[in-house]
Amino acid sequence: MGSKRPARREFLKSGAAFAGGLTLGAAAPASAQQAPDSHHAPPSWPMIKGDKDSNMVAYGDRSKYVTSVRIAHPVGGRPSPDQFGLTFHVATPLQDSVGVITPSSLHYVATTRGAFMPDIDPKEHRLMIHGLVDRPLTFTMEDLKRLPSVTRLHFIECAGNRSSRAAKNVQQTHGMVSCAEWTGVFLSTLLKECGVKGSAKWFVAEGAEEVKGASSMPIAKAMDDCIVAYGMNGEPVRPQNGFPLRLMVPGFEGIFHTKWLRRIKIVDQYYVNYNDFGHLDQDAKVAALDYQIGPKSVITFPSGEQRLPGKGFYEISGLAWSGGGAIKLVEVSTDGGKKWNKAEFKGTPQRMAFTRFGYQWNWDGNETEILSRCTDELGQAQPTRTQIAKYWNQPYDQTFRVPGLDNSIQPWRIASDGSVTNGFA
Amino acid sequence: MASHRILSFAFVLLMGTSALAQGPAYGIGRAPTAEEIKALDISIGPTGEELPPGKGNAKEGAQLYRTKGCAACHGAQAIGGTAPDLKSKDPKNPDLWARGRILPLRAPFATTVWDYINRGMPLNREGTLTPDEVYSLTAYLLFINDVIPEDQALDQQSLPKVKMPIGDNYASLPDWQPRTRRLKGYPY
Repeated sequence: MGSKRPARREFLKSGAAFAGGLTLGAAAPASAQQAPDSHHAPPSWPMIKGDKDSNMVAYGDRSKYVTSVRIAHPVGGRPSPDQFGLTFHVATPLQDSVGVITPSSLHYVATTRGAFMPDIDPKEHRLMIHGLVDRPLTFTMEDLKRLPSVTRLHFIECAGNRSSRAAKNVQQTHGMVSCAEWTGVFLSTLLKECGVKGSAKWFVAEGAEEVKGASSMPIAKAMDDCIVAYGMNGEPVRPQNGFPLRLMVPGFEGIFHTKWLRRIKIVDQYYVNYNDFGHLDQDAKVAALDYQIGPKSVITFPSGEQRLPGKGFYEISGLAWSGGGAIKLVEVSTDGGKKWNKAEFKGTPQRMAFTRFGYQWNWDGNETEILSRCTDELGQAQPTRTQIAKYWNQPYDQTFRVPGLDNSIQPWRIASDGSVTNGFA
Repeated sequence: MASHRILSFAFVLLMGTSALAQGPAYGIGRAPTAEEIKALDISIGPTGEELPPGKGNAKEGAQLYRTKGCAACHGAQAIGGTAPDLKSKDPKNPDLWARGRILPLRAPFATTVWDYINRGMPLNREGTLTPDEVYSLTAYLLFINDVIPEDQALDQQSLPKVKMPIGDNYASLPDWQPRTRRLKGYPY
């Protein structure tokens, strides 16, 4: 199709867009402070051509105008890939997220010591379950797909997801958390096939990557809601997230969600694997707070490094999640925490999944601070860092570090010019 | 609430009396042979019951530490390399927890050290060390952290008996149950 000869379809589309523009204009008259739009008529866009650089047929690409990408985490920390070519920690661009699903390409990635991504042929992949069972069993991918399936939304969060003064935007403060739709088989279904012995107390899950990462988890969790997942967001789990099989341990810290899952051993005691060693602590309270994730929320718009073009209406938008279950309440403050207002849920909160919230706000153009906080179905409430320091009888200053996983409230400061910065900075 | 009770009841049944009585519901999956299980089962628990035969000591381990490439990433003195330190920078600190997160020092069981060297080391050649080499490297790392003397041999029997400095001075995890707060009495 020659570019000089506009297609009829393109003409029709332009017409529709033009009509849409007129409707919008009539419903919401432009305020006096807004400059007139430079487009008097909608432009005629070039066509995206399918070639080897832009995949528009076999596996669709996003628009070239959408450039949101993951970044290494934390700021100034170990790069990914590092000097060995290992992927370590990469954070998802929450500032650009809408809804509750993180696209698989943008899902955060963390590995224990840094890892190469194993290139596993699913036809050759096996999951073996053994140990304190009546019948050890080995499952192929085909076997697993014959069994009754389960599909659930679940977030995964890395223990290192901690806001700091150095972090400038929400990707840096909170980007080590993501939420996807996971499909697979309940681990309890597989364990019932094997017949778990009464002496079973723990299970060890192990991956097929080069370090064969393994973690110990309570058997009660296995029987409750763990999923042996082969699907993620409507397609097979991505290699960086454990293709072809990943263990989902809803609400537990990210490290437990064993990727490239190849073996589960049922045991009668805590096995103190290398990954478990990393969780050891002196204080039983801290150890507990480094296990199941607490209630947490963050405003993604407006957030650090964004800029409000002027006073007026904005819908504040953000995400809330908890390892304790479903989110029951999200509140937003637009005056630095003096008054808290109930936010609106966008959809029904799911257990151990992102809940998108919104709060309608008219900004008066004055400097302020905005915050969000949430409460989950167990009544656990998201605290400020000052509240956490008080609980631990420690002074709250710049050196204070939240014990366990940090689920504290994130403040965003809005200057009178509309620029948004990290309230901890 | 009712469904919660039913769930708990079902859970008790499953975990308690009826576990042995249960048969497979779907008949899917293949029974692995004992040899297959043995070949894949690299988990070494605190009792060391899965440890393979073999033996080693710190002198042999010191040589292997250089020849197997450990020193290249962890440093010639096991400190200050690009990979994690394997020796404390502050070894005399009376507070063991202040000596750093050093695997062969803070691990509550020597089996954890053996297990991780065996499964995850060395970089790019993981799983290639022989049991004797893993016993020797474990002995070397325990020796440089003053956990065992240089001449102590480690094998299937002696390795699980090594008294690690941390003893039982570490917190156990909460007894996790579904729908419970992450920490009792913690409001957040």
